[in-house]
Amino acid sequence: MIKQDDSIKKILRGKSFKFGDDISTDLIAPGRYFHLRSNLSELAKHVLEDADEEFAGKVNNGDFIVAGRNFGLGSSREHAPTIIKLAGVGAVLAKSFARIFFRNSINIGLPVLVCDTDKIDKDDELEIDLSKGIIKDLTKNIELKFKALPDVMIKLLNDGGLVEHITKNKGFNL
Amino acid sequence: MDKTISEKIISEHAGRDVFAGDIAVVDVDVVMAQDGTGPLAVSQLKKMGFDKVRNPSKSIFFIDHAAPSPRKELSNSHIVLRQYAENCGMVLSNVGEGVCHQILVEDFAAPGEIVIGADSHTCTSGALGAFATGMGSTDIAVGFALAKTWLMVPQTIKVNFNNNPLKGVYAKDLIIYLIGKITAEGATYKALEFSGSFIKNMTIDDRFTISNMAVEAGAKAGIFASDEITEKFLESQGRGKQYKEISADKNANYEQIIDINCSEIEPMISMPHTVDNVCPISQMEKVKVDQVLIGTCTNGRLSDLKIASDILKGKKVNKNTRLIIVPASKKVYIEAIKEGIIQTLVESGAAIQSPGCGPCVGVHQGILGDGEVCLSTQNRNFKGRMGNPDSFIYLSSPATAAYSAIKGYIADVREIL
Ligand code: SF4
Repeated sequence: MIKQDDSIKKILRGKSFKFGDDISTDLIAPGRYFHLRSNLSELAKHVLEDADEEFAGKVNNGDFIVAGRNFGLGSSREHAPTIIKLAGVGAVLAKSFARIFFRNSINIGLPVLVCDTDKIDKDDELEIDLSKGIIKDLTKNIELKFKALPDVMIKLLNDGGLVEHITKNKGFNL
Repeated sequence: MDKTISEKIISEHAGRDVFAGDIAVVDVDVVMAQDGTGPLAVSQLKKMGFDKVRNPSKSIFFIDHAAPSPRKELSNSHIVLRQYAENCGMVLSNVGEGVCHQILVEDFAAPGEIVIGADSHTCTSGALGAFATGMGSTDIAVGFALAKTWLMVPQTIKVNFNNNPLKGVYAKDLIIYLIGKITAEGATYKALEFSGSFIKNMTIDDRFTISNMAVEAGAKAGIFASDEITEKFLESQGRGKQYKEISADKNANYEQIIDINCSEIEPMISMPHTVDNVCPISQMEKVKVDQVLIGTCTNGRLSDLKIASDILKGKKVNKNTRLIIVPASKKVYIEAIKEGIIQTLVESGAAIQSPGCGPCVGVHQGILGDGEVCLSTQNRNFKGRMGNPDSFIYLSSPATAAYSAIKGYIADVREIL
């Protein structure tokens, strides 16, 4: 659950884009676009290209990535969550996340939620209440709960990310 | 209360006793980023208003992923890193010096330290008894600025490698076997601590290979206790003074203990497109290989190149296969030249590249064509990893890779041992 705050939107609404297990950071931000890492808006046009060629063209502001196990495994490239966020994705839902990806996402203020994504289908309309920890699948008319984040991460998210946390507190205040 | 190695190191750096599940802000000893992650760290540093780093002599930028640079955008990123390093008095490891993780173990990391790096394979330094872990650019920017980070103390899985492996089976086969057994997320958020009766016979290079791939099981760290082998290695690098004994307490709490009988393992292959998609060599179908890569932070060390050259001596690389060799560092390269290893490899038909990541991450120097197959000694085989999502990457030990380069297909090196 994420506590109420101004820096992140509490209620998110959008459409589901489904992905399978083991979506690596190589699939999210392919190495062949290494040279675009200094041009993130350009790199964002290729987000998840090797997992679903059409995703970048179709995703609308606020939509969700809904994936299987171990989302974001592999390289530490923070460009992966960053371009997901830049592409407009409101949150990533998965059965589980790889460690570095999860931490990077919180640091940059991208909500990453662990829940039973088998219950959600492609194109389902979702409404997520970050403060209550509830995902409503409006298409199916069901409610899912997502796992609470550790307190430190809530603190970081509430500050707007790690850069903002450090700037505000002149160091760590966790 | 007794502690695991991770709990010990983190407690010491937090200034209080902490155990698995606790969260602590800790001092860090070594902080690094590479040319793929460094530029973003620089922009985050600037955003936070830092124009200095806390501990410049232990803050490093490595130019290794796209080195020498294949295009101007990357050359410009390199300029950003060189300038920032220069302004802050940081260490810059330039084109040709080698892969970050190899240089970290040669020149920087030491037992009992905390090492953080904006590269997932930072866990390699765990082989020296350091708590070493990969993070993203923003965490590392803060690490540069403050020489601090926050950590959740991980639970630890103890892995006992018991008994010596048979001929033809190497550290790489053991770690691939382990990842196949526990899966690519078997150790997520946890530390792996390596132990068992084979440990005392393992070379330091073997340990680097094993720690390097801990992250392929999702692990936060892959740690060995330090011992005479660690000490000898540090002495050989002129850093004997940095040796310190570190090991787990007798009654430390492990989340799980995994026993592996190394003598029952055969050469292993990770098949496309995940590292945990493993297959023992005896069960492999015949897979033709277009390219073989021996190198990277996993297996580009002197002993790896030596194994390859012993197999390739007096033989030729198959006419349908190309062999690329990338020494992991300048030190490795020079030694390999002195020992005649490089000459043997070149005579056999190998293309040698300057120390660095080489083709591992799909930026340059060996990008695969459509439908092509590469057998590589690297640590990852994700779809698209080597620059082309329509190609196929298999992973193996340097011995399997060298022998397969001669045969032209993935072959069982035990046939000639
Ligand atoms: S050699 Fe490969 S795995 Fe190692 S640091 Fe370089 S790109 Fe990463």
